[in-house]
Amino acid sequence: MEPIENLRLTDLKKNESALIIGFSAEEGDLTTRLREIGFAEGDNVTPLHFGLFGRNPMSVRLNGAQIAIRKQDAKAVLVRRDEIGAAE
Amino acid sequence: MSGTSNLRLALLGAPNCGKSSLFNALTGGKAKVANYPGVTVEYRKGDFELPSGQAVELLDLPGVYGNCGHSMDERVAIDAVRGNLEGERAPDGLIFMMDASHINTHLHNVLQAKNYGLPIVLVLNMMDMAARDGITIDLPALERELGIPVISCVAVRASGRAMLLDHLEDWGGDVLFGSAAKPELEGDVLKDLQAKARSITRNAVTRVERTETYSQRIDKFVLHPILGLVILFGILFVMFQAVYTWSGPAMDLIETGIGLLQQGAAAILPEGLITSLVVDGMIAGVGAVLVFLPQIIILFAFILLLEASGYMARAAFLVDSLMAKVGLNGRAFIPLLSSFACAIPGVMSARTIENERDRLTTIMIAPLMTCAARWPVYFLIIGAFIPQAKVGPFSQQGLVAFGLVLIGVIFALIMAAIFKRTLTRGEASGLLIELPSYKTPVFKDYVVGLYDRGMIFVSRAGRIILPASVIIWVLATFPTKLNGIGGTWAGKIGGVIEPVLRPIGFNLEIAISLIPAMAAREVAVSSLATIYSIAEEDADAKLSTLISSQWSLPTALAFLAWFIFAPQCLSTFAIIKKETNSWKWPLFAFGYLFVLAYVAAGVTFHSATAFGL
Repeated sequence: MEPIENLRLTDLKKNESALIIGFSAEEGDLTTRLREIGFAEGDNVTPLHFGLFGRNPMSVRLNGAQIAIRKQDAKAVLVRRDEIGAAE
Repeated sequence: MSGTSNLRLALLGAPNCGKSSLFNALTGGKAKVANYPGVTVEYRKGDFELPSGQAVELLDLPGVYGNCGHSMDERVAIDAVRGNLEGERAPDGLIFMMDASHINTHLHNVLQAKNYGLPIVLVLNMMDMAARDGITIDLPALERELGIPVISCVAVRASGRAMLLDHLEDWGGDVLFGSAAKPELEGDVLKDLQAKARSITRNAVTRVERTETYSQRIDKFVLHPILGLVILFGILFVMFQAVYTWSGPAMDLIETGIGLLQQGAAAILPEGLITSLVVDGMIAGVGAVLVFLPQIIILFAFILLLEASGYMARAAFLVDSLMAKVGLNGRAFIPLLSSFACAIPGVMSARTIENERDRLTTIMIAPLMTCAARWPVYFLIIGAFIPQAKVGPFSQQGLVAFGLVLIGVIFALIMAAIFKRTLTRGEASGLLIELPSYKTPVFKDYVVGLYDRGMIFVSRAGRIILPASVIIWVLATFPTKLNGIGGTWAGKIGGVIEPVLRPIGFNLEIAISLIPAMAAREVAVSSLATIYSIAEEDADAKLSTLISSQWSLPTALAFLAWFIFAPQCLSTFAIIKKETNSWKWPLFAFGYLFVLAYVAAGVTFHSATAFGL
C-alpha cells in the first residue's frame, strides 16, 4: 500500500486524529517494536501531549491505550488525516 | 524441583497488566509489583494450590509485548517459556494475562503467544475498569475466535480470583495429564496477526468511545510540558520534606533502643576489650546505620506509591524531553531510576538498551544517582550541621537533601552530554512505553514491596556493616590507643592518605573512615561511629553530637560534596567491569568520579571557609 500523501505521525498537531496507513521502515526491527506495542494499519492515532523541548517525546492515544514515543521513532509511522472518522 | 506431579505454569503478558499482582495474591509471594514497564527484570517463582489441593509452581515473568525479545528483560521471559533458562524446565502451560481495557491494542500478542505451542489460557484482568471505560467483551465469542479458554477476572479481589482458580482447576488438570488442547499455530508475520486480531475484536468487543477517560483528564495537568514538570518537582520536594519531618520520633526510638542495648551490654560483659568490641565496635557501628531505617522507609513509601499509581511512567515521559536533549536513550530512565536504590541493578538493567554506545553512556552516569547507601551519610551530616529551622514552610534539612540529589542528577546530565559529544556519539532513540491508566495501589502489594526494601537495608547492616565495624574496631584499637587514634593501625593507615585529603578540608578520622567505605558508602558512618566511640569515654554519646562539636562546617559541607560524586563502592566498578567486559570503562568511571569528588569537596571547603562559615 503506497501512502497517498506522505504524512508522518510527527506531522500531526495536538488532538488531531489520523489513520495509520503503514510504516516507513517496512518490517524492520523498529517496525516490529511499533507493531508489538500496538501500532497497526487502520488504527486511529491522536497526539495528546508533547515534551518541553522540541515537542519531543510525544504521547499518543492509540485504541484506548496511551503510548509515549520519541519523535525519531514516531517518524516511522505513516498516517492519513482522518476528516470524517474511521472509514471502517 | 523436577517432580512430575508438580504443575508448572508461567504468567505471561504485557508490562503493567497485573501479573505481579496476581502472583502476589496467589502465592503470598514477594515479587515486587510496580506500575512501570521493566520492573520485573528477573523472573520469580512461587507456589500455590488449586482448590483440589493440586500444587502449582508459578513463574512471574518480565512483561513482554511480543515474542521477538529486543532487550535483555524480554529475552528472559521468552527463554523461560521456551525452557532455555539454565536449570529451569519449560512450563507445562501458559497463563496469558491482559489488561481488559487494552484488548484492542494487545490481542495480537495472544496470537503470538499461541506460537509457543503450549497449552494456553487467556486471563482478562481488570474487567471492572474496562467496563468503566466503556468496553464490553463477548467472552464466548472471543473463546470461539481465539480457540483457547478465556477467563475474566479482577486479580486484586478475592472474589475475582476465586473464579479464576475454579477455571484453572479443570484446565490445570488437563495440562497435568497432557490432555489439554494445544493451540493451533498462527504463523509469525506480525502484520497478518494484527489484521486477524483486529477482525476478532470487531466481532467480540464493543467499545463505546468515551469523550474522555479520567486518566486523560488528569494527564491534561500531569503531562503538561511546564505544569507537569512543576508537579513532578513539587512531588519530589514534598518527598524529601517528609523524609525529615516524619522520621523524628521513630529515629529517637531506635536511638534510645541502641543506647539501652549498649548500656545493657556494658553492664553484663566483663570490663575490657570484649565490652569495647561489642559496645564501640558492633553496636555503635551497626546502630549508626540502622538509625536511618525510618528515613529509608519513608523514602521508599513515596517511590513505591509513585510506581504503583501509574505516575512513574509519566515522570519518565516528562524527564525524557530533557534526556533526549542531552542525547540519552529513552530506555536509560529505568536503569537511572533503579540507580536511586543501588547503582548495581542500575548498571545491569542498562542491558535493556540495545545501542551499545547509549548503554555505555548510561552505565557511566548511573553512579551519580543518589543510591540508598549515600543516605546514611547525608542524614548524619545534615542532622549534625544543618539546623532544624524552617525556611518559610519548608524544613531546611529537607531542602539540603533535595539539593544534594539534584546536584547529582544535574551532573549526570552534564556528563552524559559531554560523553555523547566525545566518547559515545550518535543519535539516541527508544522510549516507546505505554502510559498505564491511573490506579489505586493494592495495599498488600504495597506493603510487600515496602517490607522488601526495608529488609534489603537491614540485611546489608548485617552482611556488610557488622564485619566492617569489627575490622575497623580492631584497627582502631591495636597496637595501642593510649596516644589517641594516631597510635593505632587505623591512625597509621589514615595518616598516609590524610595529606592528600587535607587540602579539601578532611581530618584524620574522615581519612580513616573513607578506606573501609570503599566496601559500601554507609560504612563511612559506621566507621566514624566506631572511631569516635572508642575515643570517647561517654559510651552512648550520639555520633552527630560528637562530630558537630569536632568538625568545622566547611569540613562537613566538603564531606557532603565528596559523597555526591565519590567512587566509594567497589561493587559498582566490579559490575561495570563485568557488564562492559573490559577494564577500560570501570577505570575511566573511577577516575572521572574521583576527580569530580575531589574538586567538588575542595571548592566547597574553600568557598565555605572564604564566606566565613
